[in-house]
Amino acid sequence: MDDTILEMRRITKTFPGVTALEDVTLAVRRGEIHAICGENGAGKSTLMKVLSGVYPSGSYDGEILFDGKPMQFRGIRDSEANGIVIIHQELALVPYLSIAENIFLGNERRGRSGLIDWNFANAEAAKLLASVGLHENPVTPVIQLGVGKQQLVEIAKALSKKVRLLILDEPTAALNDIDSAHLLDLLRALKEQGITCIMISHKLNEITAIADSTTVIRDGRAVETLDMRSDEVTQQRIIRGMVGRDLDSFYPDRESSPGEEVLRIEDWTVRHPVQDRMVVEGVGLSVRAGEVVGIAGLMGAGRTELAMSVFGRSYGRDIRGRLFVHGREVQARTVAEAIDNGIAYVTEDRKRYGLNLIDDVRRNVSAAALDRLSRLGWVNGNEEIKVAEASRKEMNIRTPSVMAVVGKLSGGNQQKVVLSKWLFTDPDVLILDEPTRGIDVGAKYEIYTIINRLVAAGKAVIVISSELPELLGMCDRIYTLAAGRITGEMPVAEATQESLMELMTKDKELVG
Amino acid sequence: MTSIKTPSTERPTPPDSTPGAALHSGTSDLRALVLNNLRQSGIYVALVVIVALFAVLTDGVLLSPGNITNIVLQYSYILVLAIGMVILIIGGHIDLSVGSVVALTGAVSAVLVIQQGHPWWIGVVAALVVGVAVGAWHGFWVAYAGIPAFIVTLAGMLLFRGLTLRVLDNISLSPFPSEYQQVAAGFLNGLLGGQGFDAFTLLIGAIAVAGYAVSGFRTRVARIRYQQPVESFPLFVARVVLVGAVLMYFAWQLAHARGLPIVLIILAVLVLVYGLLTRRTVFGRQVYAIGGNLSAAALSGVKVRTVNFWMFVNMGFLAAVAGVIYSSRSNGAQPAAGNMFELDAIAAAFIGGAAVTGGVGTVVGAMVGGLIMAVMSNGMQLMGIDQSTQSVVKGLVLLVAVAFDVYNKRRAGTAR
Repeated sequence: MDDTILEMRRITKTFPGVTALEDVTLAVRRGEIHAICGENGAGKSTLMKVLSGVYPSGSYDGEILFDGKPMQFRGIRDSEANGIVIIHQELALVPYLSIAENIFLGNERRGRSGLIDWNFANAEAAKLLASVGLHENPVTPVIQLGVGKQQLVEIAKALSKKVRLLILDEPTAALNDIDSAHLLDLLRALKEQGITCIMISHKLNEITAIADSTTVIRDGRAVETLDMRSDEVTQQRIIRGMVGRDLDSFYPDRESSPGEEVLRIEDWTVRHPVQDRMVVEGVGLSVRAGEVVGIAGLMGAGRTELAMSVFGRSYGRDIRGRLFVHGREVQARTVAEAIDNGIAYVTEDRKRYGLNLIDDVRRNVSAAALDRLSRLGWVNGNEEIKVAEASRKEMNIRTPSVMAVVGKLSGGNQQKVVLSKWLFTDPDVLILDEPTRGIDVGAKYEIYTIINRLVAAGKAVIVISSELPELLGMCDRIYTLAAGRITGEMPVAEATQESLMELMTKDKELVG
Repeated sequence: MTSIKTPSTERPTPPDSTPGAALHSGTSDLRALVLNNLRQSGIYVALVVIVALFAVLTDGVLLSPGNITNIVLQYSYILVLAIGMVILIIGGHIDLSVGSVVALTGAVSAVLVIQQGHPWWIGVVAALVVGVAVGAWHGFWVAYAGIPAFIVTLAGMLLFRGLTLRVLDNISLSPFPSEYQQVAAGFLNGLLGGQGFDAFTLLIGAIAVAGYAVSGFRTRVARIRYQQPVESFPLFVARVVLVGAVLMYFAWQLAHARGLPIVLIILAVLVLVYGLLTRRTVFGRQVYAIGGNLSAAALSGVKVRTVNFWMFVNMGFLAAVAGVIYSSRSNGAQPAAGNMFELDAIAAAFIGGAAVTGGVGTVVGAMVGGLIMAVMSNGMQLMGIDQSTQSVVKGLVLLVAVAFDVYNKRRAGTAR
């Protein structure tokens, strides 16, 4: 029997209306690299937040045993005091502080005078940097480092806290190939030093290359733990665990009869707005009238970035490629131009990008097409109310009145308001980014019905979704996106969750 | 893990969610009207209470014909500034420079009219041009260079104060010719005669009341046609009668003093125009959208930069209007003119219900906020309370007003 450093027993974590984790049990052996994988929203990050005390003891059911002793972490300081350190996907460094200042932030060593001893701190930082293979002066501000080096600073920071169990959430998601390889080497070196590591990753080739065991999480449950040393575990084997959800007959039926091509992009390339890397590379796709096209991709594949860059260049820089609407090349340089060309984009984050939460239903519905309700700059308020009332009936928005504040509606009804807003622009093509995220089953079904109605009316629809059953249930055709590139395209009849997931986890070197 | 971040809280359909029910719920009784509009009506109530309080404390002097005229003349320029300021605050900005711009525009006008002997209207036009140019300068830096308005206008505050000193050569200029003085000190009276009072002022007051009633009635008819909830008819009549009575009392008092101040006409026109601009035009909507959620506005096709730019141009224009009124009232230009005006204008906007986070506020609210400040200042002056106490009281009122607003919002439980 192996020496177990961490045991999480029967962890259940619920949020209002949602069970995020159900009865999850996880055992990690001392000195191993333990990968956790699963679809977006499966519960991986929640599990790690429970472990690191972000969700304090008592806010979940179940118990945590570390070194055989039961632990009750009330916060991240408690878990760190025991040598459990988590490095989040979005790095948590202070950009204008130096490397050394970041490493010892909140953990400053004071000299006898009570002031921080910077000579000691810088010398210590230099040692830590050497141990992670980063050759930078400790007084360099973090903002001058690339993402890959910042990741190493995070690890050095973890080492300074005498880390025994290091948790990395998607550590290579934002890194290029060289930095990723370097990071994996470093993890192997840390393993040699006896540091246990839990790594959340979508990149199955990395997992098969580095992990000693892999736990698959699906829909808030730990499905299985695979021993990567003894078994011959392939990427396909992991995929089967990740997607093993049943396809239900939850999706409303629809007659499919695609017409003419409405939107096509060719060779679409987008650079990250600040970092020096490509987020979308050479993507081409098309959608026809009366067709639902899906884009499947994991977190960080560039789905939203692709959609927003097409929608009036709302994301990224150095955008290159050609955009055709109804066969005619157009330049949609601003959102207003994109709307004029009949493109609508329904965001994945309605609270941040979709709605004015402090305003009412009526004015949110009209916000993207006020010119349709106005003459010479004057808004016809009564027509506006009529439009909002019509949307409310058509979309079945449950609100006491169209004058009600949108922020008080439920997620599903907010989503219907966003949809109403975009339908009122009378678009030819709708790009729906995670249209059913965070809404309950009943509202989901309503959204699907609305999509079908739009398609029947001759609109072209692109659905971006993390939920493969949703794509398989709704789409006529599905593209897969990985690391900013299209890795596959297939009619829905030929697609299965396994085949899609395989293409979604395909990394660059495996493409083409 | 986003399905967790936004847990679904779909509630069952409330029984009253049919359009027919909405027609009867809403603002159909007085209690609901008061409760639903507590935030808005709160400041009206506060104004009434403060007016009543100081009317008692000053033995009625506050509401005497002469003093009401005084309040209008004394605070008109702050109210003009507050119109532009509340629009900026709704859009999520601020302007700290308006006091300096009031001084600069007044100085430019004074140099042209007093020093160089140009006709009075040249001074007015030049002041407005300078104000618009200043607004465009601020608008450029905020909208196109992306510098926060706080910094840009803080710089503007110093910059334009310095330019004022330069233009005036560090001395005061006075007096303006009498036509120029008419802007702030002039009255329309005697046009229709009257025994001991000005009939013309009463006529204008009556027209205003009629206008209020007719437009209110037309809105009501249109809303009924579009099947929207409206207040019950007796309540509507009560509201019109109440507002009409207040307006007529106000006109009556003015008529028994010196008649209708020209500056009040200017102010009334501005309030009317900007009230409509913010509520009824695409531009106004876009200001609210930007202040409410900048990203969502941008992703809805709002030309954020253009709108931001014109908000500042507008503020510059209104600061110039205030500059003309102030220079006319003080009958000259002084290097220190307009000092701290920005703070009074900002306070008026916030007392009037504007939100620090943007997206909320009304022109009428800012006017009421400004009047609350004006009545308090005036009342305390009449009582002979010294400057230091006045300042303390005004500061506390601002704090309490915003705290009340924040408390209300938290209790209402809006998502933000």
